[in-house]
Amino acid sequence: MLRLPEFEFLEPSSLEEAVKMHESATEEVAYVAGGTDLFPNMKRRHQEPQTVISLGAIEELSTAPEEVEIDRRRFVTIGANVSLTDVSGNQLVQTLCPALAKAAESVSTPALKNMGTIGGNLCLDTRCNYYNQSFEWRRSIDFCMKKDGDICWVAPNSPRCWAVNSSDTAPVMIALGADFVLMGRGGEQIVPAAEFYNDDGIAYLNKGPSDILTQIRVPITPGSGATYLKLRRRGSFDFPVLGVAVWIRWNNKIVDDARIVLGAVASYPRIIPEAATAIIGTDLDDDSIEAAAAAAFRPSKPMDNTDLGLAWRKQMTKVYVRRALHELRAQTD
Amino acid sequence: MAKLRVTLRVNGEEREALIEPQATLLEVLREDLELTGTKHGCELGECGACTVLIDGTPVISCLALGRACQEKDIRTVEGMADPEPHALQTAFAELGAAQCGYCTPGFLLTAEALLEEKSEPTRDDIKDALAGNLCRCTGYIKIYEAVELAAARMRGENAQPTQEAIYGQQ
Repeated sequence: MLRLPEFEFLEPSSLEEAVKMHESATEEVAYVAGGTDLFPNMKRRHQEPQTVISLGAIEELSTAPEEVEIDRRRFVTIGANVSLTDVSGNQLVQTLCPALAKAAESVSTPALKNMGTIGGNLCLDTRCNYYNQSFEWRRSIDFCMKKDGDICWVAPNSPRCWAVNSSDTAPVMIALGADFVLMGRGGEQIVPAAEFYNDDGIAYLNKGPSDILTQIRVPITPGSGATYLKLRRRGSFDFPVLGVAVWIRWNNKIVDDARIVLGAVASYPRIIPEAATAIIGTDLDDDSIEAAAAAAFRPSKPMDNTDLGLAWRKQMTKVYVRRALHELRAQTD
Repeated sequence: MAKLRVTLRVNGEEREALIEPQATLLEVLREDLELTGTKHGCELGECGACTVLIDGTPVISCLALGRACQEKDIRTVEGMADPEPHALQTAFAELGAAQCGYCTPGFLLTAEALLEEKSEPTRDDIKDALAGNLCRCTGYIKIYEAVELAAARMRGENAQPTQEAIYGQQ
């Protein structure tokens, strides 16, 4: 049996209490929400917190999606502990942020989506073929720098870790221009999704260790459209080996603004401004779509540390960006 | 670490157990409550063999802490026969929707949750609902057919397995 190691389990009932518990821990500590990322990692000893702080009893984290006005802008807000099933199945999310519903729906499997939360998927540990293995497997290669070792087996001469951000919802949040609300020892702060991720397989989240992602705010932009396409081996279970999130704002059938974000090709969701530039000011004709696909192809640099061949995955960037843009164009016809 | 006393409501029955504090629900069910109908497969959430229902919703018991499942309704395959086999169990048996049977409890419970929500699911509804359960023996066709057969019977229809489902194409 793959068993969890021993740990102290704490169940705070408020955010303040949770942060205090995290701050006062003397050894390694982790927050847990759905457990579908942390517990497999703990079973394989990727993560070995002596203390696990459950966020499950903090009621305000479970606030269902709602439409609110903040500073004269309209948002859909979602509590970080809302399950992926409840995000993808929520009517408000489906109507106002269909790309997010689609991305949440594409995560793993139905039962895992019943357990896993939107906050957990946004904070998903980065993944790598040399890391997501049993303790014995990793010991046989003398471990890697992400856990217990010194070397990155994907790029042995590299000083950094190249584990991959494999979240489906993170690229969409960045494309939609969402904000994340964090609670930490300094109180509440609001971080744009685009600034929440680092290009580093180890320090992949740009937040303090005790900061808790509490709420997601997705702006509602009139006249905009977005989508998410996911490449993987199977139609279920698998993490993305490529995710393409595209957001477009239209003005009289001309692309007024756009964001194109690639998932699973780097340690962070990769924003491709040059691909967006290729379509802004156009009516999304075939030529501009091809230019955007070509622009996204160049900086898409998947590493050989997930499923499927990396040359093919890179090629598919072009195909998926093209498909996503055609889908958005068809929505306006 | 000292053991922890928990009370779990499994198949409508209050059960007390002294468990390892870090034990998963799967371990508690199998090892402390001796309910071995729930199977352990990958133990990482990648197969669905350990699926149980918590408050009617399918969850992966190898990734849930036993202690965190108190005050919830837990349903395992042992609770399905009451005492007669559930319509799904009968249909699975009639149609040969199990070969080695290891994945079957997970399939049965996931299908039960689906039928609770949708009495007349389409083939795609069934495929979507069962997309997190792996079977490495039968393929999935017989499983889909068994869920459809059980659904029809649960709606009160006098449904029988088709000749093709049992004997293949003639």
